[in-house]
Amino acid sequence: MVATIVVVAVVTSRGDKRRAPPGQRGPAFAARDSLGARVRAIFGGGQAGPETWTALEEALVRADVGPRAAADLVTRVRASFRPPADPAAVLAAEVAKTFADDPSWRAPAGSPGIVMVVGVNGSGKTTTIGKLASLLAREGRRVSLAASDTFRAAAGEQLETWASRTGAHLVGQERGADPGAVAYDAVQAAQARGSDVLIVDTAGRLHTREPLMQELAKVRRVLEKASGRPPDEVLLVLDATTGQNGIAQARAFTEAVGVTGIVLAKMDGTARGGIALAVREEFGVPVKLVGTGEGTDDLEPFDAERFARSLVGR
Amino acid sequence: MFDSLSGRLNAVFGKLRSRGKLHPKQVDAALDDIRTALLEADAALEVVDDFLGRVRARALSDEVMRSLTPAQQVVKIVRDELTVTMGGEHRPFTLPGANPVVIMMAGLQGSGKTTHAAKLALHLKEKGRQPLLVAADLQRPAAVEQLMTLGREIGVPVSSEGKDPVRVAKNAIKQATREGRNVVIVDTAGRLHVDPEMMKEARRIRDAARPHLVLMACDAMTGQDAATQARAFMREIDTTGFVLTKLDGDARGGAALSITQVTGRPIYFAGTGERAQDLEPFHPDRMASRILGMGDVLTLIEKAEKELDQERAAEAAEKMARSQFTLEDFLVQMREVKKLGPLQDLLAMLPGVPGAKQQLNDLEVDERQMARTEAIITSMTPEERRNPAIIGGSRRLRIARGSGVTTHEVNAVLKEFAQARKMMKSMMGMAGMAGRAARGLRLPKPPR
Repeated sequence: MVATIVVVAVVTSRGDKRRAPPGQRGPAFAARDSLGARVRAIFGGGQAGPETWTALEEALVRADVGPRAAADLVTRVRASFRPPADPAAVLAAEVAKTFADDPSWRAPAGSPGIVMVVGVNGSGKTTTIGKLASLLAREGRRVSLAASDTFRAAAGEQLETWASRTGAHLVGQERGADPGAVAYDAVQAAQARGSDVLIVDTAGRLHTREPLMQELAKVRRVLEKASGRPPDEVLLVLDATTGQNGIAQARAFTEAVGVTGIVLAKMDGTARGGIALAVREEFGVPVKLVGTGEGTDDLEPFDAERFARSLVGR
Repeated sequence: MFDSLSGRLNAVFGKLRSRGKLHPKQVDAALDDIRTALLEADAALEVVDDFLGRVRARALSDEVMRSLTPAQQVVKIVRDELTVTMGGEHRPFTLPGANPVVIMMAGLQGSGKTTHAAKLALHLKEKGRQPLLVAADLQRPAAVEQLMTLGREIGVPVSSEGKDPVRVAKNAIKQATREGRNVVIVDTAGRLHVDPEMMKEARRIRDAARPHLVLMACDAMTGQDAATQARAFMREIDTTGFVLTKLDGDARGGAALSITQVTGRPIYFAGTGERAQDLEPFHPDRMASRILGMGDVLTLIEKAEKELDQERAAEAAEKMARSQFTLEDFLVQMREVKKLGPLQDLLAMLPGVPGAKQQLNDLEVDERQMARTEAIITSMTPEERRNPAIIGGSRRLRIARGSGVTTHEVNAVLKEFAQARKMMKSMMGMAGMAGRAARGLRLPKPPR
């Protein structure tokens, strides 16, 4: 009985409020090698000593590729490396290869084509939807938006602003309404108006909240039922600053709603979004779009080679 | 992770006993493993290397070199150093004597500023303050409406008068003085640390509002970038401290180490849910355990102490120890535990469980199962609940009918209860050593 375990653990563990004694601070490690040395190592080309590989591995770690994946990747490239190639370029090519056969972003066909957008709180779903609506409108498509985030305060208003900016048609209900019901209405309305694409916003939810993940799966089922086919795209919005937890997010959302593509949001900062590499390798989910700001035009198709170069630091 | 980390460290130190003394090379091998563990928890690389320098110095001391259990010693040093770096003792959030006290919230887009401005307002209101929320995020569409709605829900007024954030903040402070609000919480737009215009704006708000506290909201799921972000905000607006948000997920939260080490400023609060009351004091020692994957028993205990009926819990513990725990008590405790929140969350706080994530999924923690168990127990007579041994075939059938389940399920509950009773007895025998008790715990299969 899970409940019992929790009860027992709570009751028996009382009183164990250990405090760690304050530690003594020792002298810091001497930096392994200076930044200058690292840069020289990376940009030196031709010369590929151990420092070059260490520096490249560290560049990958700093880009949130993850320590193990970074080590594996560098080991693999190193094994097949032949001078006088440029180690960084070879590594970047290897990274880009991961995405080589991925389908790029294409507006879904259908009447309407349905795009469901999911992700954890604050990853950038609503902003992404606004920019996607703008992108589609610029291509001459008629867009409907479904405000199925009925939980967060003013999420509907936020989407409404984007709808009026981009000329999209918005379907929403009052806060607290059933997100599935909004989705259902939106499909009907989009069909009736002859929209080309329906984009469904959903409330941000941490992937560990099982009931909320089930609610999301229900929204997907409703969309499928209302339109007679599965959604054309289920986009997971990943914040580019996310660390290794991105893998857990991708796993949970993929299991719950069958993610078809990643939107890597907030790539205009200093984070490089290396977690997308791990997500691609582990779940086979391609990166489709990249968010680079809050303006209506700040959404671009994913460019694997550019992404790969930025991961290795050039 | 803790299990596998200490397992790996044990392997590294395995040859120790044959030689009697630890070799510095073994310490370095151990530090490599710890480095990987910290990086996997998303602590920033620059921070990790500096941090390990301190650990190394301590690990090379005699206390570890001669220890019979060097792996545990090293983990302990790592945990201690993590705790110290993240602020050592828990730092209570105290407000200065000003009137009004001005608090500025800052951070990147989506880090949770608006939500946590409201949470902080509720927290202070509950402490007897009269907060005023200020919606100075004029950037994101509907951010003002969002704060207005949240303010209404928690009964805190929201001010947003003016065409630019600086004016809004100034007007709000005047309004606070006029209306006798003694804390002003200014929510600002999310901004990237590399956006010079927006960072300048943040500094202008700061210069105009002259906040006593500048709190940066940092998403617990942030990766390597956390150090860069924290450093940039510190440089521009002199951050006083942090709120670590979205800690209710399963991120290990290495960002907590990154931001405290590069700024030397404490984390005051942790955001642990979507409700306005989901704000908890930050405890460096617990965070250290979490980063190392050691679970968060202390938070669980505190949660239990806050929300469980203390007398009933004490009574239950008493009975557990004396093996007098009945189905009646079980029912009471089950209802109490429900108050703590979703079972999934509670399980995640138990040590060992986060590492066994897959196992947890296989378990399929089902809240409905709890409801069924409750129905089964309530269909028993008080006598049966006190002494389940008397439940024979016909009683089983009656209970099954009464609760709308099969006799098979009734059997399963009775069997689980018998097992649980045994488990309680042995755990109580270990007399309060939480870590050990809970770590030794095996999850039995839920009744099907």
